[in-house]
Amino acid sequence: MNFLWLRTWQLGIKSLLLHPLRSLLTVLGIFIGVASVIWLLAIGEGISQKAQEQIEGLGASNIIVRSEKPPSEVTERTRGVLPYGLTREDYDRLVSTIPTIQSALPIREMRRRFGYRDRMVDGRLVGCTPEYAEVTRLELDRGHFVTDIEQQDKQNHCVLAAEVAERLFPYEDPLGRSIHVEELYYVVVGVMRPKMATAAIGGSLAAQDFSNDVYVPISTLQSRIGDIIVTRRSGSFEREQVELTQVTLRVDKVENVLETAELVKQTLEPHHRNRDFRVTVPLELLEQARTTRLMFIIFMGMIAAISLVVGGIGIMNIMLATVTERTREIGIRRALGAKRRDIVRQFLVETVALSTVGGITGVLGGLTCGPLIRWMRGLLDEAFPKVMAQLPDVIRAVQPVVVPESIPLAFGIAVTIGIIFGLYPAIRAAAMDPIEALRHE
Amino acid sequence: MNLAARVRQVTKEYVLDGETVRALRGIDLDVPEGDYVAIMGASGSGKSTLLNLLGCLDRPTSGSIFLGDDDVSRLDDDRLSEIRASRIGFVFQSYNLIPQLTVLENIEVPLYYQRRLSPRDRRRCRELADMVGLGDRLRHRPTQLSGGQQQRVAIARSLVNDPYFILADEPTGNLDSVTTEEILELLGRLNREGKTIIMVTHEPHVGARTRRVVRLMDGTVQSDERRVPPQPAACGSPSAECPQPLAS
Repeated sequence: MNFLWLRTWQLGIKSLLLHPLRSLLTVLGIFIGVASVIWLLAIGEGISQKAQEQIEGLGASNIIVRSEKPPSEVTERTRGVLPYGLTREDYDRLVSTIPTIQSALPIREMRRRFGYRDRMVDGRLVGCTPEYAEVTRLELDRGHFVTDIEQQDKQNHCVLAAEVAERLFPYEDPLGRSIHVEELYYVVVGVMRPKMATAAIGGSLAAQDFSNDVYVPISTLQSRIGDIIVTRRSGSFEREQVELTQVTLRVDKVENVLETAELVKQTLEPHHRNRDFRVTVPLELLEQARTTRLMFIIFMGMIAAISLVVGGIGIMNIMLATVTERTREIGIRRALGAKRRDIVRQFLVETVALSTVGGITGVLGGLTCGPLIRWMRGLLDEAFPKVMAQLPDVIRAVQPVVVPESIPLAFGIAVTIGIIFGLYPAIRAAAMDPIEALRHE
Repeated sequence: MNLAARVRQVTKEYVLDGETVRALRGIDLDVPEGDYVAIMGASGSGKSTLLNLLGCLDRPTSGSIFLGDDDVSRLDDDRLSEIRASRIGFVFQSYNLIPQLTVLENIEVPLYYQRRLSPRDRRRCRELADMVGLGDRLRHRPTQLSGGQQQRVAIARSLVNDPYFILADEPTGNLDSVTTEEILELLGRLNREGKTIIMVTHEPHVGARTRRVVRLMDGTVQSDERRVPPQPAACGSPSAECPQPLAS
């Protein structure tokens, strides 16, 4: 009966407009529920996409073995130079004994201060091989990366990361100039493009940042600086001997990654009794990130579900009040020939109208989450710059990604909730005895 | 003569606080078409109960009630609703218009529950509003009308479905004497045009305007006084045969 439905809708909307504020507040409950479903899922998706990108930046078929300083109770007993971490011997052993390793990159890093004339930048001096750029997905902007010849000849050449180049050479072209690292000079032969930070490795929480790197051939680093690093700490010198900071292994197939990682551990363990290395498998991190994402979605979904239920209770509350208030009208309608299901339909239409409007506005509100979060972040940055700077990167930089499925999902749930919570008041209205209802004042 | 309503040996019992109240104890009543009946009696005499039964708002404990040829005493709720929508016109003491609807929409309500509202029906609703003298207030809300005007809208509404009879429950109970006169005049005119009216009242001067007075006492018919014979069948009643309405 199209005509009847049309009439019922007209009437329902009319009744709702009779109490605009009341209807608005009820709609607000559903609006918040729907918008929060979309928001929470979008933020969750944004965080997990970012994490996934960072992990993928490490390479899914890679295994990263990193030197770690052994715990202090081990180091305290040694005097003088403290040797720890991966050695060149380890490197040779891994490459020669494990057949699934396609290639291996030895890397030596240290914190250094780079200078050009009077400008100084603190950063990471990375001794590496020519493959480094490809494996870590660094892209060249100008010049060339470390080459095999430079590596063989131990040349005093270096490649700058984008930010180092920007800060040391704000006005001139760095190519061909020499930067100094402590007492040594290196000729700049290349500049890299900016790169997003990748996921943390080796147990630290901070993401790996490539923006302040200077790359030199590892052979150069070894012959110029050597393996021993001297650091000043609380008035005394501490000397450490580290041959390699990191070895990045590329495995031939993704399926072999986990197995190979186990083999790597077994190969290294006999030579490193004091556990001064750590094996990181990006593939594992990726799996972990997926699990975390799933948990996050479930968690967020629960919060959103609660807010939707609260919205539904709001609808039920208002409809129960409406039914009581309109008891007499129900009696009149029943006397004039309305069946029970006509009354149910009439009240159900009102709740469906409320929840539909809430759903539509909620979806619109949900879609604004990207710009709104950016705006809020800008506002907070201005108001509390210090607090904001301390927040973890995930929170500061998250870009919400609206999950397309969340829109029909949230909308559908809203309408369903409207029907479920509207059904009881409607049935109660229909069950009233018409004689009693007519007598109601 | 056709009967608009036929009540046979009707009893009605309620259970109130564990005690059985016998509201009606065997009522027999025939209402021929074109009749104008006043049902009178003290409060507690069972006149409201009888009205509810005639209005198909309730079912008797025993006995039968025929509206036309159908016994409505054993019908289920949905069928009773259909009967109310198509065969009964209600007029209440407190008008009982729906406040958020306009005059015209209020008149349309019974048609709406018969699932019909053709352009012809709409035109008829307007004509009825004209007939009760509210043709210029179709878009007004009940709260913008006086009591007498509201009751006239209610009467127009009771006519819209061409009922077997109009069931009026103290239709003048809330009105002053001038308006009461207007409403009684309107009801009298409708009856002369062939409408059957059953009216509950406790005011003797209202009852005096009808063709027949039925007095109830303790759930039985105490007296049934016929003063004027029923109006012969006219157009609009269920068994309409003659084409032109009788002049008042």
